[in-house]
Amino acid sequence: MPTMTIAKAINEGLRATLAGNPKSLLMGEDIGPLGGVYRVTDGLIGEFGPDRVVDTPLAESGIIGTAIGLALRGYSPVCEIQFDGFVFPGFNQITTQLAKMHARSHGNLTVPVVIRIPYGGGIGSVEHHSESPEALFAHTAGLRIITPSNPHDAYWMIQQAVACQDPVIIFEPKRRYWLKGEVDVEDQGPAEDPFKAHVLREGTDATVVAYGPLVPVALAAANAAAEDGRSVEVIDLRSISPIDFDTVTASVQKTGRLIVAHEAPTFGGIGGEIAARISERAFHSLESPVIRVGGFHMPYPVAKVEEDYLPDIDRILEALDRAFSY
Amino acid sequence: MGTHLPSTEFDGTAVDDQREADAEAVMGEPPAQMVQLLAPDGKLGTDPVFSGYADKLTPEDLRGLYADMAAIRRFDVEATALQRQGQLALWVPLTGQEAAQIGSGRASQPQDYIFPTYREHGVALTRNVDLAELLRQFRGVSNGGWNPKDTNFHLYTLVLAAQTLHAVGYAMGIQRDQKLSAASDGAGQKPDAAVIAYFGDGASSEGDVHESMVFASSYKAPVVFFCQNNHWAISVPTNVQTRVPLSNRAKGYGFPGIRVDGNDVIAVHAVTEWALEHARQGNGPVLIEAFTYRVGAHTTADDPTKYRQSAEEDAWRAKDPLARLEKYLRAEGLADDAFFAKVKADGDELAAYVRRTAHDLENPDIRQSFANVYAEAHPLVAEELAWFEEYSAGFADGEETAGQAAKAGH
Repeated sequence: MPTMTIAKAINEGLRATLAGNPKSLLMGEDIGPLGGVYRVTDGLIGEFGPDRVVDTPLAESGIIGTAIGLALRGYSPVCEIQFDGFVFPGFNQITTQLAKMHARSHGNLTVPVVIRIPYGGGIGSVEHHSESPEALFAHTAGLRIITPSNPHDAYWMIQQAVACQDPVIIFEPKRRYWLKGEVDVEDQGPAEDPFKAHVLREGTDATVVAYGPLVPVALAAANAAAEDGRSVEVIDLRSISPIDFDTVTASVQKTGRLIVAHEAPTFGGIGGEIAARISERAFHSLESPVIRVGGFHMPYPVAKVEEDYLPDIDRILEALDRAFSY
Repeated sequence: MGTHLPSTEFDGTAVDDQREADAEAVMGEPPAQMVQLLAPDGKLGTDPVFSGYADKLTPEDLRGLYADMAAIRRFDVEATALQRQGQLALWVPLTGQEAAQIGSGRASQPQDYIFPTYREHGVALTRNVDLAELLRQFRGVSNGGWNPKDTNFHLYTLVLAAQTLHAVGYAMGIQRDQKLSAASDGAGQKPDAAVIAYFGDGASSEGDVHESMVFASSYKAPVVFFCQNNHWAISVPTNVQTRVPLSNRAKGYGFPGIRVDGNDVIAVHAVTEWALEHARQGNGPVLIEAFTYRVGAHTTADDPTKYRQSAEEDAWRAKDPLARLEKYLRAEGLADDAFFAKVKADGDELAAYVRRTAHDLENPDIRQSFANVYAEAHPLVAEELAWFEEYSAGFADGEETAGQAAKAGH
């Protein structure tokens, strides 16, 4: 079983997609000879040519809008948005057009467009390069949103996204692009359903739900909590829309406490949605309120203070302390 | 006429031409460089390029163009009346733009794909869309209304200019289809279909028009941008959107731009046929600016007396697209009273059909809305639908339905 980084796993997943589906193509800025600013598409233009790996004009609305047209013609475009903070010129096309096309056509039209967005902070970058805008898209019906946290998931999820007949946004944890792990390129295994959450670590006293870049942080926090005698279950959500509430509910019914951690600001975020749903589904199992760990209600701060903004092990441990104080 | 030969050359002199035409465009006067074959007085002129296309139109074709324009105008009157009577929530009238729409639509071929705005009822007619289906959206029973795959006429798009990018992407798909087909059976690589993207002078200011033209030019996509400059974006005149003729913008992107008299159905047909051929042959995009006028309101919610003079409307009525073709057909002996009487009778029949059908359009069930959010199964949608069913069932014992209860404020 090969070991590779998340970036390489997505690259291999895209390679498998391009090889297997002649109607699939990649579109984006600098994804050709350069291989993308994160080299995720490295080498693909050489193998598949410029009609399949398309260096586009520098225009995000144009990328998404033309991808919609290609999908209407029967193609499966995979769009790369260079950085999270640059998706907004394409926001109109995503929310008013892509998300609604199937519904407004009474199901006659499908637009299987995939949008790859490297997201999240922790890379010491400049403004607009470290954001987590997933909740803005999760609020829009018609879109599916997934985010891998490890190479095996990344390899399969990008291919599953392309195969899905609905529009899929795949948020890629950019600070984990170089995280290595084993990828079973023969067998999807538990990665078979991209919209299902995974219990990565079993526990009995509390549940921590995380996704994307915070999954390793949640696992580390659980290990630290174990030293204090607390048995913490960790769930990798994997899919942000839809959310696998069954898996989260079952866990909370066992542990009685729930922490949700994400880099995005907590206000109006995915953590709030999970807290609300779980309070309805598992009210009598809860020993404490659901506690959110996330970014603050501010524009993503400058790189020199981002460590104070981003949830880390201590922030999750502090939330666990609060949960156990009830 | 005569100096407007399409060119992708950047010769620099166009800038002065643009300035000159600017004032004319704003005042509604025909600019110097505008393709016109059929003048308002019904006299047919010539053009070094486009007469060749116009000459292909048979008397039967010409009568057909007239009949189409008359039919869609009658339909427009009927739909406006249906709105006034509360049968439609809103209507978007096209009167004045019949030649631009019928001429361009009739120039397209079945394999071409059309992306309309929300006013292209005339184009819809040429694509054999059931006109009663057009009313669905305005009656509030659908956000679409027809299956675009049946007619290659896409759904109306209400977010201005969003469809111009879809059109270019679709055209990029046609290009790839040709290559895939060539790779599999060795057939020719020229695109045999093209795409038309409709938009208006108001939407021309949207960034998506710019991006669509950049993409189309870069990839030489087989797309015709068809801008109906009807002079008013609701209440804002064209000179707020542009200081140069819109057709001249094509030069900046490196493809031909042609301004055509949008009230001259013969010229519109000829220019569009040329542009579609140009695109299908793999020569890239074309911008057509159809210089026309929205004689009525933007929508039935609008009041043009608040922002423009009736004298302007009168001046444009004198350039009416139907009147000039009628003059020509009569003068040339191509149509007689009996023809025009039949056209009128057919129009009334169409209007009656549309009225009857609009009344009969059934309200949809919200379950259909649940069904079409996603193409594949979705647990949240399923959960909410299940809740709705249970909630609705709670009203089953009484006489009220859930909807009635909600309206009553229960």
